[in-house]
Amino acid sequence: MNFWEYLESRHQQLLIDAYQHASVVFQCMVVATVLGVLIGVVTYRSEWAGNLATTATATLLTIPALAMIGLLIPIVGLGVPPTVIALTLYGLLPIVRNAIVGLRGVDPSLVDAAKGIGMSRPARLARVELPLAWPPILTGIRVSTQMLMGIAAIAAYASGPGLGNLIFRGIASLGSKNALNQVLAGTLGIIVLALLFDAAYVLIGRLTIPRGIRA
Amino acid sequence: MPSSVADSAPGPDPSGTEPRSVGATIELEGLTKRYPGGALPAVDNVTMDIREGETVILVGPSGCGKSTLLKMINRLIEPTAGRIRIGGEDVTDMDPVRLRRKIGYAIQASGLFPHMTVAQNIALVPKMLRWPAARVRARVEEMLDLVGLDPGEFHGRYPRQLSGGQQQRVGVARALAADPPVLLMDEPFGAVDPITRDHLQDELIRLQRELHKTIVFVTHDFDEAIKIGDRIAVLRERSHIAQFDTPEAILTNPADDFVSGFVGAGAALKRLNLTRVRDVGITDYPTVSVDDPLQEIFTKLRSGGINEVLVLDKRGRPYKWLRRGDMMRAKGSLARAGALVHDTVTQDATLRDALEAVLTDNTGRVPVTGRRGAYEGVVDVETLMNSVHELLEADRLEAMDAQHDLQEQRAAQTHAEQEGFGGEAKA
Repeated sequence: MNFWEYLESRHQQLLIDAYQHASVVFQCMVVATVLGVLIGVVTYRSEWAGNLATTATATLLTIPALAMIGLLIPIVGLGVPPTVIALTLYGLLPIVRNAIVGLRGVDPSLVDAAKGIGMSRPARLARVELPLAWPPILTGIRVSTQMLMGIAAIAAYASGPGLGNLIFRGIASLGSKNALNQVLAGTLGIIVLALLFDAAYVLIGRLTIPRGIRA
Repeated sequence: MPSSVADSAPGPDPSGTEPRSVGATIELEGLTKRYPGGALPAVDNVTMDIREGETVILVGPSGCGKSTLLKMINRLIEPTAGRIRIGGEDVTDMDPVRLRRKIGYAIQASGLFPHMTVAQNIALVPKMLRWPAARVRARVEEMLDLVGLDPGEFHGRYPRQLSGGQQQRVGVARALAADPPVLLMDEPFGAVDPITRDHLQDELIRLQRELHKTIVFVTHDFDEAIKIGDRIAVLRERSHIAQFDTPEAILTNPADDFVSGFVGAGAALKRLNLTRVRDVGITDYPTVSVDDPLQEIFTKLRSGGINEVLVLDKRGRPYKWLRRGDMMRAKGSLARAGALVHDTVTQDATLRDALEAVLTDNTGRVPVTGRRGAYEGVVDVETLMNSVHELLEADRLEAMDAQHDLQEQRAAQTHAEQEGFGGEAKA
């Protein structure tokens, strides 16, 4: 059976796996974005808190994905929970760092102007600082998503959902007739998904970055 | 005009076209700002009364704390000590966010939010004050109109699509959008080129004539200060007021070496900027019209005992200077005779402009024109010299008076002190 025949015969299962892969990455990204921006907002105004947040999330990223999931299994069990926790934690760094850099990069004279015309602190954040920091934050989200696409494959190790299952199965049965096809299908699937997500982010950027600050 | 809409929404009613809220007084009392770790306060015990509808300029060298002083009025910087009263109301402990919505604030380089359109920028404060949408929309158009930008054209533009001068206009429009009685301006024209700055200053003077806000304006440019200020506060380090007076008084009677140093060279010339042609009076001059018969012009020149007449065109505008000899040389044709009028001034021109015009015209006088360029009279070099002389004389007398008063005050003070010591000694 060549690769095309394999795809044809298994396309249903492949689509389900791809959908689950995309779904878990998307949901983790939503959580990581909310958390990451929140951490950024809370910490950006203090030198040491901002640095602490960046360093902490960077340290998380240095833990090998396999080890992280392995360590989570005894605590939260198999399946979806360790996958989601690991992915969310990994997704944080680019978002937190870009949120802090973005918020700190807002022209202080604009913040001064916002204060001067009588904007409250929450209004300033929502209407001036976050919109102006949004382009770098979006870049962070994009980088984060690309990263999670690959890392999500390892979730299969903890019986998590997604295209990783194909890759693991293929590796486990190397030498059998479909092994290579499985690994290939899983990997290509992830690449295609990553490209689709990236296209979506370009669109989101078009729609959400105001014309006045678009590069 | 109180409608239910106006009643339900806080803030003054922006419907009518009449000037609504005029200025409010600002009283600063012993205002001090001390930063932790600083040995000396940044602003030290400033007391200042600013009248309603007055334009006060805070001017001083960089680092003198003038911006800090300004920012304490809307409490962007919280004072360490002292009171601030606006319109008689003590605002020192008021919620700063609410306070700032009642005070217009314009800063250097406009401070417009780049991600919002011109209209969104201007609408910010009215929206925060919860004006109804229709009223906000009408107000935005009105404000754009007020600062001389076509609403249809500029409404939907982003700040980066505007020139520096236009951005600054929008900045002023935003500051005035909610019709605040007080307007604070922190070196608003510092970042634009000199020609644009000149226009913006003229515009501000015109606006202020219409609106009568209380404006506090920070600059380090003394010429800007004389041009727009009703009164100028010259500040030295730690915002100590070296002199707080009208531009005339500061130019002619600087309180001390610091102020005269800051005023700079050419105070007498700057003085010319403060007086208008209207104030010195214009003189009549023999004129003829281009339509007059040549014979009549001849007679006028010969009988009047004058060397020159001013020829007006068909609409009564100054056209040519005509000398006795010119007619002979031009063989009786008006078209070729005489010298064209180079320059005219209006009644509102400053003496400096008039002097400039007189000096460049070889006749030694310049025609003054009114509506549609029609002739009204002339200003000549003698009139200018005399009025400058009178001005300086009057200033000198004033200065002597002031000096005299000061000495008397000092004498009285010394006397009181001596009495005081005497009293203590006796007790």
